[in-house]
Amino acid sequence: MTEPTLLSGRGLNLNFGELSALANVDVDLWPGEILAIVGESGSGKTTLLNVLSGRTAPDSGMVWYRDPSGHLHDVHAMPAPSLRTLHRSDWGFVHQDPRQNLRMGVSAGGNVGERLMAQGVRHYGAIRSAALDWLAQVEIDENRIDDLPRTFSGGMLQRLQIARTLVTHPRLVFMDEPTGGLDVSVQARLLDLIRSLVTRLNIAVVLVTHDIAVARLLAHRIAVMQRGRIVETGLTDQVLDDPRHPYTQLLVSSVLNA
Amino acid sequence: MTIMLSTRALVKSFTLHLRGGLKMPVLSGIDLDIRAGECVVLSGPSGAGKSTLMRSLYGNYRAESGSILVRHSGKMIDIASADPRAILAVRHETLGYVSQFLRVVPRVSALDVVAEVLLARGIDQDIARDRARNLLLKLNIPARLHGIPPATFSGGEQQRVNLARGFIAGHPILLLDEPTASLDAENRAVVIEMVREAKARGTAIVAICHDADVRDAIADRLFAMSPYQDAA
Repeated sequence: MTEPTLLSGRGLNLNFGELSALANVDVDLWPGEILAIVGESGSGKTTLLNVLSGRTAPDSGMVWYRDPSGHLHDVHAMPAPSLRTLHRSDWGFVHQDPRQNLRMGVSAGGNVGERLMAQGVRHYGAIRSAALDWLAQVEIDENRIDDLPRTFSGGMLQRLQIARTLVTHPRLVFMDEPTGGLDVSVQARLLDLIRSLVTRLNIAVVLVTHDIAVARLLAHRIAVMQRGRIVETGLTDQVLDDPRHPYTQLLVSSVLNA
Repeated sequence: MTIMLSTRALVKSFTLHLRGGLKMPVLSGIDLDIRAGECVVLSGPSGAGKSTLMRSLYGNYRAESGSILVRHSGKMIDIASADPRAILAVRHETLGYVSQFLRVVPRVSALDVVAEVLLARGIDQDIARDRARNLLLKLNIPARLHGIPPATFSGGEQQRVNLARGFIAGHPILLLDEPTASLDAENRAVVIEMVREAKARGTAIVAICHDADVRDAIADRLFAMSPYQDAA
């Protein structure tokens, strides 16, 4: 059981003025594993996601990524172009607001194809057929391939963002509240899509969510954050069914059973 | 026969921080051995800790002290101290659990709820679905329901889907929490038959079962539990 980690953070600290956004946080993620980071607004979950993905530098601490050939990269010491390349190839990022990731003036097919082109794929037919295939996988009608994203509903935009992210077969995807702000019925469909795609493609995911039901459905492990600290971590069902930390007990007991 | 699961001095209590740190002791010093091919039924009144023990065996509840040794890939692994990924590996290969209620996933059909256990083991989709279909039919879930997500099923139908999911992979150790609670006599008989077949294959089974007829039909012995009492 000593398989090397895909991504590890050690001793991560970050202060915003007086506020401690991350306080001595350690994180490990193994290949193909889904780790949920839960906690209320302001607990530091999104900050942690941004630090792990190299988007925000910590005051202290390190983040390591192991590439497919087994080499370790210090994410915050990498030259900016290398980090950008990583974000375009091995990694993906799914934002709560798909408009942050999508290009609203480019067709749906173009949005999916663009990431392939950034990887050097040049054959138009190959790009278009990959785009069609991915639109089908995220259940967007192929007749919409030439439509602009601004004509799409919120749920469709989110599915388009997922197609755009997964088309390059990343090994690691960061997700920030991917179902936030969507209708419940749309959420269920999206969750099922994420669950089946991530399992089938064996993608590792760091998932930030305030929704415990989302964590239960998707995640193997869970880390509970409060005021910049991870207060409890373990198997998802352990932490949710047998919470130990007072804050986790509060979080779990506050959920309404439908 | 080979010991498949063994607890020693297992202790579990719950600390309710939202109730001023109230401590609720449930299990104190449980010693239990389960051998291959035998079915042990946990017995005792409500509140004796039967479900807590079963959930602890599965690693769903975290033991406070003591050990829970499980024979996994030829070695004994201590669930009470194993890291999360080791526990997932034990559940995947060795330790199956049939809870009282099916946790329904939106949009996943009854057939795939059962088949995905096999898919996760790398079994071909057609074979996995065939085996899932046969097991569902054996449990009297008609073919017309196989393509439908079980959210709309009756309690008894959901329980049978859950049983199919629990039995399909042939885990060497099975934990069954009230497997027949919402079933009619005909389906209880099917479950009794499935438990007997599993025992004949060498499966070690721990069950909670209030129905006296089913208990008598499946149990090789009872493990008596009583509500926790403070030493006077």
